[in-house]
Amino acid sequence: MYTAQIKITLRKSILDPQGKTVEHSVQSLGYRNIKNTRIGKYVELEIDASSQEEANRITDEICRKLLANPVMEDYTFQITEQSEAEVEQS
Amino acid sequence: MSKAKFGVIVFPGSNCDHDAYHSLKHLLCQDTKFLWHKESSIGDRNVIIVPGGFSYGDYLRCGAIARFSNIMKDVVRHANEGGTVIGICNGFQILCEAGLLPGALIRNINLKFVCKNVPLTIENKKNIFTALYNGTKEISLPVAHAEGNYLCDEDTLKSLEDYEQIVFRYKDNPNGSMANIAGIMNKKGNVLGMMPHPERACEEIVRGTDGRKLFESVIQSLN
Repeated sequence: MYTAQIKITLRKSILDPQGKTVEHSVQSLGYRNIKNTRIGKYVELEIDASSQEEANRITDEICRKLLANPVMEDYTFQITEQSEAEVEQS
Repeated sequence: MSKAKFGVIVFPGSNCDHDAYHSLKHLLCQDTKFLWHKESSIGDRNVIIVPGGFSYGDYLRCGAIARFSNIMKDVVRHANEGGTVIGICNGFQILCEAGLLPGALIRNINLKFVCKNVPLTIENKKNIFTALYNGTKEISLPVAHAEGNYLCDEDTLKSLEDYEQIVFRYKDNPNGSMANIAGIMNKKGNVLGMMPHPERACEEIVRGTDGRKLFESVIQSLN
């Protein structure tokens, strides 16, 4: 069993007004050394796959088909294999 | 007798489906039926309205889930065979997600839900959606959206301009939309997507009738 941790953000070239607003707020707290704040989505899912490669392939497919829209979003993900204890727990 | 048979798709969360149904059925006296999203066929319907609202609660992205609903397969088939499809507001977002129209709609630049009547210029009248607006350069239609900021890459924008696919532009851009785009059609000219609501501007009681001619143009194109 594998866990996929997927992050989706607006593409770098697109203005992220939510990120900008949060950044202004952070800066008003006195943190002047903050920049390029981006707000995105986080998706976590479990995959019953036979190998890390298969889990990778499936996750990439899901991202392309549904989770991210390539016109406006970029995605990255990390796949980790669950330990036996984690599998038992779930 | 009109040959138009309108089908208004109903997704969970659609809320302009009844506006469209009312305008088409009761004001324009057209053969109109609702189509539930779980149905697998549009049946004998030859004009499909993908209405506004918040299909699937706008979860993930506006229109992202609706495009995979059962009925959309047949809507895509209908569109690919040259059938007429009109996506309004959330419907426009769904058509973009489904790949029937290029680009995408992102959050309004000021992050606000904008709800008001806006002036639009009609950029192209040589199509089945605006043919009857002859002599009219500017119309006013209501908008009501938070994600109406049209976005595409430079090549796509150039292609939209070159093939005269931009049908409506905002005179006073309410959402940050690229090139003031309010509505576009596909290259073949049978699929229209627009953020403003023509179905909410078909009788005087709602303070405007500028939307009527859009549907009348479509009806005429089928006769």
